[in-house]
Amino acid sequence: MPMNRREFLHILAMAAASGLALDSRSGFAASRDHYDLPPYGNVSLLHITDCHAQLMPIYFREPNVNIGVGNGRNRPPHLVGEHLLKTFGMRPGSRDAYAFTCLDFEHAAKTYGKVGGFAHLATLVKKMRASRPGSLLLDGGDSWQGSATSLWTHGQDMVEACKLLGVDVMTGHWEFTYGAERVRHVVDNDFKGKIDFLAQNVQTADFGDPVFDHYVIKQINGVPVAIIGQAFPYTPIANPRYMIPDWTFGIQEDSMQQTVNKARSKGAAVVVLLSHNGMDADLKMAGRVSGIDAILGGHTHDGVPEPVIVKNAGGQTLVTNAGSNGKFLGVLDLDVKQGKIGGFRYKLLPVFSNLLDPDPEMSTLIRKVRAPFEDRLAEKLAVTEGTLYRRGNFNGTFDQLILDALIEVKGADAAFSPGFRWGTTLLPGDDITMEHLMDQTAITYPQSSMLEMTGKTIKDILEDVLDNLFNPDPYKQQGGDMVRVGGITYTCDLRQGFGKRIGNLMLNGKPLDAGKKYKIAGWAPVSEGITGEPIWDVVATYLREKKVISPRRLNLPKLLGVEGNEGIA
Amino acid sequence: MNNPLRRSFLKGAGALAAAFSVGFLDPIAVFAATWNKTAFSAKTVLDAMLASGYDNAEESPDIALKVPDIAEDGAIVPVEVTSRIPDTVSMAIFVEKNPNPLVADVAFLNGAEPYIATHIKMAKTSVVKVAVRTGGGTYTTGKEVKVTLGGCGG
Repeated sequence: MPMNRREFLHILAMAAASGLALDSRSGFAASRDHYDLPPYGNVSLLHITDCHAQLMPIYFREPNVNIGVGNGRNRPPHLVGEHLLKTFGMRPGSRDAYAFTCLDFEHAAKTYGKVGGFAHLATLVKKMRASRPGSLLLDGGDSWQGSATSLWTHGQDMVEACKLLGVDVMTGHWEFTYGAERVRHVVDNDFKGKIDFLAQNVQTADFGDPVFDHYVIKQINGVPVAIIGQAFPYTPIANPRYMIPDWTFGIQEDSMQQTVNKARSKGAAVVVLLSHNGMDADLKMAGRVSGIDAILGGHTHDGVPEPVIVKNAGGQTLVTNAGSNGKFLGVLDLDVKQGKIGGFRYKLLPVFSNLLDPDPEMSTLIRKVRAPFEDRLAEKLAVTEGTLYRRGNFNGTFDQLILDALIEVKGADAAFSPGFRWGTTLLPGDDITMEHLMDQTAITYPQSSMLEMTGKTIKDILEDVLDNLFNPDPYKQQGGDMVRVGGITYTCDLRQGFGKRIGNLMLNGKPLDAGKKYKIAGWAPVSEGITGEPIWDVVATYLREKKVISPRRLNLPKLLGVEGNEGIA
Repeated sequence: MNNPLRRSFLKGAGALAAAFSVGFLDPIAVFAATWNKTAFSAKTVLDAMLASGYDNAEESPDIALKVPDIAEDGAIVPVEVTSRIPDTVSMAIFVEKNPNPLVADVAFLNGAEPYIATHIKMAKTSVVKVAVRTGGGTYTTGKEVKVTLGGCGG
């Protein structure tokens, strides 16, 4: 069987490492080979998004369920597992297969090791910048939330880390859950003169005045490049509105077109949208707004290896999505001549922690921000026997653990847990520390609650959240996953529309009674004034008592109408 | 950046006559219009359009309707309408799935600029319909606004 140089080096490295820990550094040769990305053109943009405050290398299992409906069916980003490998020509068992899919996850994780980590990412950014002078680093947001240290420092650890990483431009989503004042403070002080925080779609609720700059024009090797920011359009709906009471968001397509036109009229030769719309909404927007050369997207945490090219009235727009949790660095190279883009290259580079030396300066910063919290972070709560992960349309094993804890600790009939897409992965045999628990729960509205709900209310909630995920119009999706449900089973028919997708709701083998009240435990309330023990305390109580967490049995709905859907592995 | 006068207190120099059905916008704004009880208490959008004289309206691309794709709060959904149809004399807003679909009927006198911006209340996901009357005919456009419970995002 013929073997290319990379494969040969890989096998060599594996052989050298046998007898050692499998995830030990596999050699400088492999490292140099893997990230040797030849420069192209004269304008380069580096892109990170949705790192969710993961400063340390982690494991992150990509979803085995990411179903596309309407125009999104069987198209990127709604391809998982082997469907993704086939579409993008990746070899099963390869490094890329490990980075982009959930296939053979445990074995691949042991073979290829952890991903991400800001010190490793910093090394990769420096390497790319060295070969691409003048390049910009864009951060699509969700950087200040998702870890214990980010929550405990109100995002300050990430503010410092992003500055040190050399982020030039940023937009946001979870940043807003620290409240309007906190965001304003960082933008007006920490970021002043260093990082442009942009959002064309955030206005004051009273007179519609802009809250942030809409765009910025940067010169890259003499080429004027406009970057426009688009914050998550549904922040006040998906997250607590009371935290940003005076601001209004939305897709705001008309205003986007006006912003593009304005940037062009000011001389921008290239217009790039740094977006937190989510990929389906970006794809729709790319077809309707003209004059954007590339949308560097996030929010939906889709690691999409190649850009999708969307034709529109003004020509075409490249649409990308760069994954999550610090796992990827997107590199977009453009060749701009006489004010026109002659060609492009795009590569979504997985950040393999074992192939990159940690940057000393970033390592020092990370050690410094973690130092006051080390004891709390390291507290061992339990050991897991199975893989614990979150990502997937309907449930993940870590969410199942949270649901099991809620039902048992609160004495509930059933439980709901939000369909967040952040949260890292643990391998069988790993300790579950307080840090890991916070990776799944670190939010500014962590209250757990127990509410009485009728069977009808339960159905209404499930239908409502399902429509936020599977409405055929991407502008009406919110980009999260389905609320995780513990205790109640149901069927879900994706051929149906709003209000008609859920069927066969059962609790303990009995049909749910529309008029009867049930005790439902939950957490992360978006309305103001709900009190309750923080979710991490509820789950920590459960973990300390159990000590050993057996593999979770996922409560998943029975899906109808998904035959041939390549969003299921 | 906040300039309360920037919106120049309802664009246009002409006089405005309006009737609003919703409680939180008091019909104090009624100058010339008389209260059309039949239209405002109609239960379907067809009946409401008929009673307010906007029946048989023709679809028009010259009415710009700005509403959110998903409402941030169903109790106060922002709506902006501009008519580019010459000789516009009045425009009305309907919410198809509200118990009483007619929300507002606004007359533009003495060449007032046909633009309104207001907030409306929506019970659930519905098409927001706008109708325009000119000297010669009636025109309409509409867009669905989703009303959702919220939570669970991202």
